[in-house]
Amino acid sequence: MSHSANEAGGTGPSHRKGEIWFAVFMGLMGALAIYGALKVGIGWGAEGPKAGFFPFYLGLFIVIGSAINLLNAMREPETGKLFAEWSQLRQVVSVVIPTTAYVLAIPYLGVYVSSALLIAGFMKYFGQYSWLKSVVVAVVVPLLLFVTFEQWFLVPLPKGPVENWFGY
Amino acid sequence: MIEDIVNLFHGFAVVVQPYNLVLMVIGIVLGVIVGVLPGLGGANGIAILLPLTFSMSPTSAIIMLSCIYWGALFGGAITSILFNIPGEPWSVATTFDGHPMAQQGRAGEALTAAFTSSFVGALFAVIVITLVAPLVASFALRFGPAEIFAVYFLAFASFVGLSKEPPFKTIVAMMLGFALGAVGLDQMTGQLRLTFGFTEMLNGFDFLIAVIGLFGIGEILLTMEEGLSFKGKAAHIDPKVVWQTWKTLPRYWMLSLRSCLIGCWMGISPAGATPASFMSYGIAKRISKRGKNFGNGEIEGVIAPETAAHAAGTSALLPMIALGVPGSPTAAVLLGGLLIWGLQPGPLLFVEQKDFVWGLIASMYMGNIVGLLIVLTCVPVFAAILRIPFSVIAPVILVLCAIGAYTVHNSTFDVLMMVVFGILGYFMKKFNYPMAPMVLAIVLGDKAEESFRQSLLSSGGNLGVFFSNVLVSTIMILGIISAFWSVISNTWAKIRGKEATA
Repeated sequence: MSHSANEAGGTGPSHRKGEIWFAVFMGLMGALAIYGALKVGIGWGAEGPKAGFFPFYLGLFIVIGSAINLLNAMREPETGKLFAEWSQLRQVVSVVIPTTAYVLAIPYLGVYVSSALLIAGFMKYFGQYSWLKSVVVAVVVPLLLFVTFEQWFLVPLPKGPVENWFGY
Repeated sequence: MIEDIVNLFHGFAVVVQPYNLVLMVIGIVLGVIVGVLPGLGGANGIAILLPLTFSMSPTSAIIMLSCIYWGALFGGAITSILFNIPGEPWSVATTFDGHPMAQQGRAGEALTAAFTSSFVGALFAVIVITLVAPLVASFALRFGPAEIFAVYFLAFASFVGLSKEPPFKTIVAMMLGFALGAVGLDQMTGQLRLTFGFTEMLNGFDFLIAVIGLFGIGEILLTMEEGLSFKGKAAHIDPKVVWQTWKTLPRYWMLSLRSCLIGCWMGISPAGATPASFMSYGIAKRISKRGKNFGNGEIEGVIAPETAAHAAGTSALLPMIALGVPGSPTAAVLLGGLLIWGLQPGPLLFVEQKDFVWGLIASMYMGNIVGLLIVLTCVPVFAAILRIPFSVIAPVILVLCAIGAYTVHNSTFDVLMMVVFGILGYFMKKFNYPMAPMVLAIVLGDKAEESFRQSLLSSGGNLGVFFSNVLVSTIMILGIISAFWSVISNTWAKIRGKEATA
């Protein structure tokens, strides 16, 4: 919780600034929707309202709503409330990066091998487990998944060179 | 009416088939696990497991998935009481008195009270569904596009007026959901829109990906930020404690009834289980004779939120079954399941898919009974799951989310989108933007737009079509009232406050 962050006395980005930037981001998404809607036409065509008719007003709502959220955030005085401490953000980023790498690796290595790598890395880095324990869990979990999905429910998942090598 | 009862018994006959009973037990157990683990909730738990049901018959599939939902509702209470960590947002209010009770060594009593009141709340809501849903459905069969749009309008307007988040944040989140739902092929003109030249976006964003990302990955990121360590109270329930607690419960019938009503009301209007549990707790605290002692381990403080949360969680399925408008993200995921199994959600279900609808309703009765028995007997097992360190659980949950996202369309691009939604969900949660209306908007976007454009087409572009007869005007006006509900009730309170001082 962000409240507890204040008591700990660490430093980090301000919550108010984050709020402002997020409102700007949402507003830009709305502008994007308006731009896309204008490209396909927002008026009245042969079959009634054109494809961009609905998205245009959605975008308009997003932009107006975000503008109000932005004003509300700017009107609020800076209370020193933190978005999160830097150390906490470091934790978050250190999950986002391996997860992204994991997801990008799936098409090349297959789900099972990349999952094993993710689990082992996570346990080693965050849990300070021994290599033995990490590797055991990292092998057993994907194996269980393999049996559940491929054998039991017959749902094929992406496979890579290792599975090919085993003949799947 | 008589016909409905016959159908219901037919439904029971479907549910008690051994295969379906096994699925029910599997569903409940998975559901409790999903409810206990942080980062896995009812909505994304079901979303991840949905692909496993593609090969089942729709009735068996809905039995298993709805049982996951009941299990998740039960599971939230376990972590709240024993660990002071709400496994689900709707069990936050249960921690207020449930955890103090556990600290005083009354964990068994608190758990029994929580499970039993959950059961009572759910049962009440199922009875309401049994009686009301067929009526609503037969009424709704007469709806034209304008009325259908009005119902969507009412559902989304209630979010703006009733949710505890700032109204403009709700609007932005909701509209973004609609916009994401609009990406891709336009169903009416066959034109591509908002794809900006990316072929991956031809089919738009699937809401299941959004659910898994927002609720699954987003929740893991939040948990990592908070750096959770689980320290729990030991749990075991012996039959004597259960029996003694049950003997005291009838005393609180008034409280239960009130909580049931609050829950059903909040569940049907899409405010959801979380506000229902808080509201019920708040009112109980104000009315109870022992109100001052709330927060120090008062059994009434466990009964009130649990009853309301379950009544709300269950009755959220009413509009989903009868109108095809889900009342909660979990109901939305179930609705998505219907589409995948080839069923058309909406009032016609009651006419065309009797077996399915009544099988589902019967499984709500059975599922909650089976669920109560399972959680009462297996609490220690479920509590042990939370003792597995987060550094082991987190990557496994990430893997499950990725597999769940992949299997929706067999697309690795979807898995990447899941991570993007996860990061978005993290920021939305931090800045207090509600995710439920966004998810519902992605699900219902196409249908809402279709009914809107069809209505305009029939009226030649005149917005007056939404006020052209009594029925549609009534629904629209109800919608407008609920959109401004917080404004109206605030003004009302001010006026009354002035009268009182004058």
